Amino acid sequence: MTFFLEQLIIGLSSGGIYAIMALALVMIYKSTGHVNLAQGEMAVFSTFIAWSLVQMGVPIWPAIFLTMAVSFVGAIVLERVVVRPFAEADDLVIVAVFVGLFLGIHSLAGAIWKYEVKPFPSAFSDGSVNLMQDLSIRIHTLGSLATTGAVLAATWFFFRYTRLGLALRAAADNHESSRLVGINVSFMLALGWGLAAGIGAVAGVMIAPVTFLDPGMGLAPLIFALAGALLGGITSPFGAALGGLIVGVLEAMISAYVPYGIEFRELIALMLILSVLLVRPAGLFGEIVTRRV
Amino acid sequence: MAMHDLDMTHVNPETRKLTKSGLPLARLGYGGAALALVAATGVLEGYELFLASSILSYAIAAMGLNVLMGYNGQISLGHGAFFAIGAYGAAICIDRFAVPFALTPIIAGVVGMGAGWLIGKPALKLEGVYLALATFGLAIATPTVLRSDLFSEWTGGVQGLFLLINPAPEWTGLDLDQSIYVAVVLYFLIFAFVTLRLVRGLNGKAWIATRDNPIAARAMGFDVTRAKTRAFVFSVLACSVGGALSAVAVQFVAPDSFPFFLSISLFTAVVVGGLCSPLVGPLLGASFIVMVPNLTEEIWQGGSWAVYGAFIIVIMAIQPRGLAGMLAWVRAKVTATSNND
Repeated sequence: MTFFLEQLIIGLSSGGIYAIMALALVMIYKSTGHVNLAQGEMAVFSTFIAWSLVQMGVPIWPAIFLTMAVSFVGAIVLERVVVRPFAEADDLVIVAVFVGLFLGIHSLAGAIWKYEVKPFPSAFSDGSVNLMQDLSIRIHTLGSLATTGAVLAATWFFFRYTRLGLALRAAADNHESSRLVGINVSFMLALGWGLAAGIGAVAGVMIAPVTFLDPGMGLAPLIFALAGALLGGITSPFGAALGGLIVGVLEAMISAYVPYGIEFRELIALMLILSVLLVRPAGLFGEIVTRRV
Repeated sequence: MAMHDLDMTHVNPETRKLTKSGLPLARLGYGGAALALVAATGVLEGYELFLASSILSYAIAAMGLNVLMGYNGQISLGHGAFFAIGAYGAAICIDRFAVPFALTPIIAGVVGMGAGWLIGKPALKLEGVYLALATFGLAIATPTVLRSDLFSEWTGGVQGLFLLINPAPEWTGLDLDQSIYVAVVLYFLIFAFVTLRLVRGLNGKAWIATRDNPIAARAMGFDVTRAKTRAFVFSVLACSVGGALSAVAVQFVAPDSFPFFLSISLFTAVVVGGLCSPLVGPLLGASFIVMVPNLTEEIWQGGSWAVYGAFIIVIMAIQPRGLAGMLAWVRAKVTATSNND
């Protein structure tokens, strides 16, 4: 029982990270209709920035907030310069551009910070707490879970109760009508990218202490986040976050209880993606898109 | 299919006469190029032969993927998986059953098509970006499966398999590198011929129609699902044969030879080489993905990915038909100016 609980908490904690990444994917998808394949690499790049700041002597929390700000601005520039010119292009061109972006960011991180694996400091104190008799959990795991909660709550608050959030939702919902009521849609799209990169950076700094930091670490979280986003519905922020948590718990359970499960985690994410897309393409909470043919 | 009885490729008789008169010259060109490829066996040596074999085996894979992405408009980011299946198929054939290396691509192709059917059956219901996402997942999952202990008895696990390859019989006078190269050229010529026949025939028309307007294609009597499935199966076949040949050329397979980035490389080869250029595009693209890492990795580890990324984005911005498109554009300019003189 305690083993089960331990796995559940670990699963929820990594699921929280996938939930944040999934939320970042949804943010870009809702406003522009593109699935950002480079999301994982962007988060890794942000994490490297945080690592450099920590190496320079900046305390970890200010370093994280600074990184979020830098990622926010960087992503807005990226959207404006690289992605925007292709906004109206067809699927193949869009996918190719995202692959190009993925490769570019990946190798830039490799060029600046090299390919050796680096330890990343946890934002929380080391050690673990005893929740129950013989159930001790690392403080980082709990802290990361709490951070997820905070990010999700802040995002919800932002979209629900601020004028800017309302404008963003309007722009995502209907470009034309939003323009008519005076919303700068073009700026909102760039802002969506910025926010996605900002919260993606949080996911990066939370996962790096667990998996260690290297340029290739963004792949596995990306596929789990993608599975989570599709499961919950890629048009629904709430659904995507829930999907991310479910995928995290599923991953922990399969790794713990199924023989060879830990080796086939990615394969299970792939199966999940395939089955969701085939059985219910809109996901659990996504809006069902009907099309006139 | 009753469609074969109809002349779907009917063109204006005048135009047909023109193309007919141009045809023997084109055939001569293809024949000459094929002969040059075979003759290169005697000219190239050691490492150059290996390089040429690699380029040609990647070109086979790219030809298949080009049919899928260029002609049929289906986006795959995961064909490295089929390349890996072909390579491992060939490796296990040689390692376990001592199959002559020249026959392994056939077995690998059959195995690959089986796997392609399993994955393609559900995946082909997906459209556009969603197929790209599913195959992106496939690309990420493949290396972890190859590395697994579960199959390590067959695949050699993380260490991989060294392949003991026997050269062609002595009377041919070919050494090991040369015999591998000759086999690769042979398969390349077969695939080049088949690809050209397919894309210029009724299948090609069905693929293009399905890509451009599936509803209109259906109304014209094309079986859209069958067209998509054929394109997918052909691309999988080409990728697994390409994989088998590249495993033979390297004489070694290991999970690290088929990383996630292999799928991205194949995608790059097709996009950079040129979509919808059945022969020249894949050749240019394959040369690109073989030569660029060779040139850049010494200067900057991972630098080839930066070059790939930059090329993809620039090509999408200025010439979506890739290097082959640029070549055609230059040639058109040159002939235009020489005609004016």
